Amino acid sequence: MSTTDTAAATAENAAEAAAGHGEKIIDPIHQFVITKYIDLGALSFTNSALWAVIAVVLATLLFVLAPKNLVPTRLQSIAESLYEVVDNMTHEILHENARTYFPFVLTLFLFILFANVIGLIPYSFTVTSHIIVTLALALVVFIGATVIGFIRNGFGYLKLFVPSGVPVLLLPLVVLIEIVSYFIRPLSLSIRLFANMMAGHMMLKVMAGFVIMLGYFGFVPLIAMVGLTGLELLVAALQAYVFALLTCMYLSDAMHVDH
Amino acid sequence: MELEAAKMIGAGIAAVALGGAGIGIGHIFGNYLAGALRNPSAAAGQRGTLFLGFAFAEATGLIGFAVAMLILFG
Repeated sequence: MSTTDTAAATAENAAEAAAGHGEKIIDPIHQFVITKYIDLGALSFTNSALWAVIAVVLATLLFVLAPKNLVPTRLQSIAESLYEVVDNMTHEILHENARTYFPFVLTLFLFILFANVIGLIPYSFTVTSHIIVTLALALVVFIGATVIGFIRNGFGYLKLFVPSGVPVLLLPLVVLIEIVSYFIRPLSLSIRLFANMMAGHMMLKVMAGFVIMLGYFGFVPLIAMVGLTGLELLVAALQAYVFALLTCMYLSDAMHVDH
Repeated sequence: MELEAAKMIGAGIAAVALGGAGIGIGHIFGNYLAGALRNPSAAAGQRGTLFLGFAFAEATGLIGFAVAMLILFG
């Protein structure tokens, strides 16, 4: 905690010092600074926690407030199409176990989707742009899938590391690669989400800096920013989809070791 | 100051990894489109695989991005 505190403090000091000198500086990192609203030591309520709560509340409200008509209203069709995306995904990948894991995958998908999309609103905070948040989510999936795999298959789950039909001479190498690729899963899952969110937001802020720097010609990057914001919306939805899809894949590995 | 310069150069080199991710993503979507135009009826069923391939291709490049960020701000 202390390192993040000092990092936040130095970033704020730098921004204030620059503002005091009347310089126009571009600080694309400033949007990721964590500030404490209620200081409780390690359990402080930060802006990250606040926006995570907002994402959860909005996702819940969408499904609570959506009417249950036969002919869907606009709000209802948003909720229904989100539900349908996850429903199709779980059925395609998990087959007969789809019902069991559907609630988990839907919750994960909605949380990441709402956190990503809300983060695009100016002056808001993107919860998923911090690796600690995405790593926690990825570790839940990774440890959960591993435990489920061992419960379902016993020690037969270790067959996952020994693919069938590999020549004996190559087997040690293949097993080594399989083990490494298994343990790199939580890292690649979390880095993908966090890096996409962070890179996108930094790019938007750098472009916004160009609008000010170019003066009267600032409308050129401004037009580009409209397109980039659309692209970021796509990336926000796509990364939530990919996270949910890979969660399904890992759970499917835990169910069916044989292939 | 020389350490700062070396850091900047290092971060720039690490960001080159994103070029590979760009090539990979382009390949995946291009090949998907080529296949989808030949057999449009089979295209919808492979969309999950498409995004899975996209995710894998992107992840390797983004590790380069994460390294660049670590060098600059870590």
